[in-house]
Amino acid sequence: MKVKGLLVLQIFWTFFKISPVTFGGGFAMVPLIIKEIVEKRKWLTNDEFTDVIALSQTVPGAVAVNSATFIGHRIGGIRGAVAAMIGVSLPAFFIVISFGIFYFNIQDNQKLEAAFTSITVSIVAIIVFAAIKVAKTAIYDKTTFFIMIAGVPLLFFIHPIIVIFLGAITGIIVTSFGRKLNHCIELNNNKEEDLTTNPDYFMGSGI
Amino acid sequence: MVLWNLFQTFFIMGFVSFGGGYAMIPIIEAAVTKYGWMSTEQFTDMIAIAGMSPGPIAANSAILIGYTTAGLSGAIVSAVAILLPSLFLVITAASFFIKLHHNPVVERMFYGLKPIVTSLIIFAALKFALANNLITFQVSFRYISTVIIFGLSLFALLKLQWNPVYVIILSGLVGITLYS
Repeated sequence: MKVKGLLVLQIFWTFFKISPVTFGGGFAMVPLIIKEIVEKRKWLTNDEFTDVIALSQTVPGAVAVNSATFIGHRIGGIRGAVAAMIGVSLPAFFIVISFGIFYFNIQDNQKLEAAFTSITVSIVAIIVFAAIKVAKTAIYDKTTFFIMIAGVPLLFFIHPIIVIFLGAITGIIVTSFGRKLNHCIELNNNKEEDLTTNPDYFMGSGI
Repeated sequence: MVLWNLFQTFFIMGFVSFGGGYAMIPIIEAAVTKYGWMSTEQFTDMIAIAGMSPGPIAANSAILIGYTTAGLSGAIVSAVAILLPSLFLVITAASFFIKLHHNPVVERMFYGLKPIVTSLIIFAALKFALANNLITFQVSFRYISTVIIFGLSLFALLKLQWNPVYVIILSGLVGITLYS
């Protein structure tokens, strides 16, 4: 597939513009992607866009980055994918680095220290909030509840990456017994609709 | 050496980065402890800054940790390391037209994976609370104010559906008023 340089630049610029609005969650990007990519540039149809979001959540990584990369790939092949990924990441990179530099320069400031004392507490609340949001889609029967409960103490002793693999293996083993899988797929299907029509649903956790 | 450790850590993390950035905190924390990149307090602050910035929490944390340990080159290496797996996996999935979300094996995997992601996030919250002495029973002004800040933050997020960024900003202002 021959891709024009102009298209690659367009892809880059489109995601570069959208990226800074992903404050507080990748799903904040969804309405803007619909406006820019589906409505204005007509690079994707609405149905294709739904597929993009579903796939972006299944593949490991941030939803914002994954969906940008996937859309870029659809429009402009591998070069398009790379352009979209760099476009969506660059503004975030510069902003987070500026915050970092700012933090290091006034690190010993008493006021900043006081601010962070309180912010740390709020971060714990945000993480608890993220756990609640994820639990709503993850925990729907006794088995999933048990896996969640068993996972927490395990993490104190085993490396998290190994625990993640154990979780995936457990999922495959457990679903080979009984009819849990049907149930699981049914639930997933319901949720897909939720996510595309209500992007806020995953706010703060889908990032 | 530091750059290689950063790359390795975040590259591997990129492949298992399910369920949003906060689930990745335990992995990042394990690496920070292993290599002694920074103090717990600094790590906590990094996560806070990552949460305040646009962009994915996991990538932001990676960039900040890279910057702290090895300057701008550390930040770039960490960013590239965490992005490469996404690029590779998305292109693979897209090129082969794999409908991952209706794939039975993937569905079965996620049946166990999603609860584990929840455990990871709960664990991250627990670790954070423990590391910053939020779980104590000494009744003091500090402790009571902490409980109130926690409760109000959670209320704002759950009931008022505030953007987490606003919660962080407001909380910072409250901190300046109360603790300085």
